[in-house]
Amino acid sequence: MATDTTSSRPADLGNRVPNPERTPGGIRGALGFLTSQLRQIGIFIALLVIVVLFQILTDGRLLTPGNVSNIIVQNSYILILAIGMVMIIIAGHIDLSVGSVAAFVGAVTGVIAVDNGLPWWLAIAVGLVVGALAGAWQGFWVAFVGIPAFIVTLAGMLIFRGLTQITLGNTQITPFPTEYRQLGGGFLFPNVFPAATSPYEWITVGLGVLAAVMLVASQVRGRIARAKLNLEGEPFAWFVTKLAFSVALILLITYLLASSRGTPIVLIVLAVLVVVYTAVMNRSVFGRHIYAIGGNLNAAKLSGIKTRWVDFWLFVNMGTLAALAGIVFTGRLNSAGPGAGNLFELDAIAASFIGGAAVQGGIGTVTGAITGGLIMGVLNNGMSLLGVSTDYQQFIKGIVLLLAVAFDVFNKRRAAGATK
Amino acid sequence: MTNNILEMRDITKTFPGVKALQNVNLQVERGEVHAICGENGAGKSTLMKVLSGVYPHGTYEGDIVYEGETVEFKDIRDSEHAGIVIIHQELALSPHLSIAENIFLGNEQAKRGFINWDKTNLEAAKLLARVGLKDNPITKISHIGVGKQQLVEIAKALSKEVKLLILDEPTAALNDEDSAHLLDLIRHLKGQGITSIIISHKLNEIKAIADKVTIIRDGKTIETLDLQKDDISEERIIKGMVGRDLENRYPDRTPKIGEEIFRVEDWSVRDPRDTSRLVIDNAHLSVRAGEVVGIAGLMGAGRTELAMSIFGRSYGSHITGRVYMHGKEVRTHTVSQAIEAGIAYATEDRKHYGLNLIEDIKRNISTAGLKKLAKRGWVDGNQEYVVADQYRKSMNIKAPSVGAITGKLSGGNQQKVVLSKWMYSDPEVLILDEPTRGIDVGAKYEIYSIINKLAGEGKAVIVISSELPELLGICDRIYALAEGRITGELPISEATPESLMQYMTKERD
Repeated sequence: MATDTTSSRPADLGNRVPNPERTPGGIRGALGFLTSQLRQIGIFIALLVIVVLFQILTDGRLLTPGNVSNIIVQNSYILILAIGMVMIIIAGHIDLSVGSVAAFVGAVTGVIAVDNGLPWWLAIAVGLVVGALAGAWQGFWVAFVGIPAFIVTLAGMLIFRGLTQITLGNTQITPFPTEYRQLGGGFLFPNVFPAATSPYEWITVGLGVLAAVMLVASQVRGRIARAKLNLEGEPFAWFVTKLAFSVALILLITYLLASSRGTPIVLIVLAVLVVVYTAVMNRSVFGRHIYAIGGNLNAAKLSGIKTRWVDFWLFVNMGTLAALAGIVFTGRLNSAGPGAGNLFELDAIAASFIGGAAVQGGIGTVTGAITGGLIMGVLNNGMSLLGVSTDYQQFIKGIVLLLAVAFDVFNKRRAAGATK
Repeated sequence: MTNNILEMRDITKTFPGVKALQNVNLQVERGEVHAICGENGAGKSTLMKVLSGVYPHGTYEGDIVYEGETVEFKDIRDSEHAGIVIIHQELALSPHLSIAENIFLGNEQAKRGFINWDKTNLEAAKLLARVGLKDNPITKISHIGVGKQQLVEIAKALSKEVKLLILDEPTAALNDEDSAHLLDLIRHLKGQGITSIIISHKLNEIKAIADKVTIIRDGKTIETLDLQKDDISEERIIKGMVGRDLENRYPDRTPKIGEEIFRVEDWSVRDPRDTSRLVIDNAHLSVRAGEVVGIAGLMGAGRTELAMSIFGRSYGSHITGRVYMHGKEVRTHTVSQAIEAGIAYATEDRKHYGLNLIEDIKRNISTAGLKKLAKRGWVDGNQEYVVADQYRKSMNIKAPSVGAITGKLSGGNQQKVVLSKWMYSDPEVLILDEPTRGIDVGAKYEIYSIINKLAGEGKAVIVISSELPELLGICDRIYALAEGRITGELPISEATPESLMQYMTKERD
């Protein structure tokens, strides 16, 4: 046991008894369980439906190895932003400045690595620090001065866009060092095997299998730990189904990537971010405090949570992730321009809301936001493959965002109506 | 021949499971000031809501006869149309609009959709003169004090050609000077033929201004006293308000009282919105181990303000005073410091200040004591489940599992979650603010048992309650609070509803 909790335990609670009510038997129980899970996995199902739909509409062009690789790389910076954004939204704030911060960091790294010819790693390190400072600046105004995040980050959107243009003097910085560009457009050891020839590119396969094994191991370990404490509520069949499905998905993507150019470096960055931030949101004190603040700010304050500091660090975190997104984007384009990162913030916000984050705060998940971002990415990519022009794409994405949130609101209202 | 402007006959109003009003009768004579008295929750406000159409005709039984005719108000507009205007305790003014705009809100002085500003401001100035307010009608509401805001509300009522003015606790938030002014105004309006009904806890005010007083207790009319004819003492009114039998609704307890744990000295707090007003005035109190201490006070006496200002200064400004734990002064400037010092405060307002209603039971229970479940910043989720489940069983929280969302629980179960949360934070002092508000009788008994158990474990427990029988039933000692001052301290052996009510209504000398 991690900590001593016995002192506060109510005296009459020594022995634990199983909770039969948590695992109702029979078909009704199973159905009820599936329904309760459906809300959680609904967003994944939506993504699957969209993938299948476009796979059919594009005659199989969506899930070709090259295109899957493209979807990941094209959307990586939005997905990175979506992770930070959903955290901000859960706490009940918003950040409109991330696109500008990303552009500014791209410009700063350009000045360092290109104009001054300093090492690429120094540029990246300084870029991340600049992003953190930008976040600290905004966090200060939101948390300690008490100005609504909407206003602070709207101002930040202008401020950092302005700083970008001042830094760049309305020209582009290009070309970037090869090492710098790896983060945005690089692949792991593309020269070991020539691209698009062998479906068994060893490093990608290795990574994919490793990821699958780690997933299974951690899930099984968690289940054993819960079973020991007698608090497992998930039916075994469901556990196996979910796990098998996840493993199949990982291996499918591995296969597709291995038959293309290999593992995009940014995918590894993303995978690490998703794992770390999911853990932070679910298991860390900091993450719990974010949910508590978003759920009921007053109750959080009266529970001794230092709400101002939590808000502050949230924005520092967002700034750092925006910097990372900026570096990835700059590397991919191989240039830092004054218009870079335009409207990124809206894509990240849309991804969070499509992924089930609540407008009032308190609800949302990192995986949800990632899935939301992928839905947008697949829509973009699929429509491009079909030759739908960008004006229609905008229109359709708008409709999807609206419907996704409307569906969520409707769902909640129905849930509330059923109990009251 | 009677000259009643209003007769309410046999009014009965039921809420699911509760009879809020039972055959209530009220007769108000034209041109008088009629006071309504009763404990918190006796049904005074419900009665006024029935009268003003907040609860429309058909949702209650009985008749309302107004100006000699039976009336059936559908909503508040309806009753206002008939000249009945109610001014609630929480003022319904829009802070960023001007005085004149507020007076004519919903009744704009307009012609073909365009507001005539000259007329608006001119008429407003006339109305302000009638209530004795000299401020410019274009002043923003947020720029004038609460006392003046109250007068603006009355001016607004006058603009609607009010015949029967209902004031719900009009002086609760006012200082002495503003209160005196308001009472003068009511007297003045009486001279102009306006009948007033005034709900108040302040018996000296009632004595000073009212012609008659009707006492309501437990949703029934007890009596109507004529203050003009008979020489009615405050004690006589108190007797009517509290005169009920205490049934055996409280679990037994043999107190084992030990050393003093908690002491507050020279505690003074000012209203953050109006720093000239002292909300808590030099309060002293102390609690011993194993002791249950009550704080009795009427609405607006400063009970919650006292508790919240002690608990990490979460209310008030210009706070001065000292807090001691075990005789040593402790710093409680923030909530986390207060929790660290061993103080817990369970709020009176579960929904807004106590719980994260969209979160499940276990995460609510762990909020205040999350540190205990965490190692280097990472929470042990399984242990959290185990701890929460123990509380679910020991506190008898009725929910299928600790994964249930708290917003869907009943009031009593929500309260148990709040108590569990604070018990898990390992406090030595628990301040429970209205721990049984809005929960049913059975759950109340359970909450009392929990309080007893906490005291039995040697905790110091402070219970704030507006129900005197509750305090008398569970406490060892009771402080009376009036206008932010501790006006009395009674051991349970000496405390009676009458004696407490006397201290609770004690005015500043």
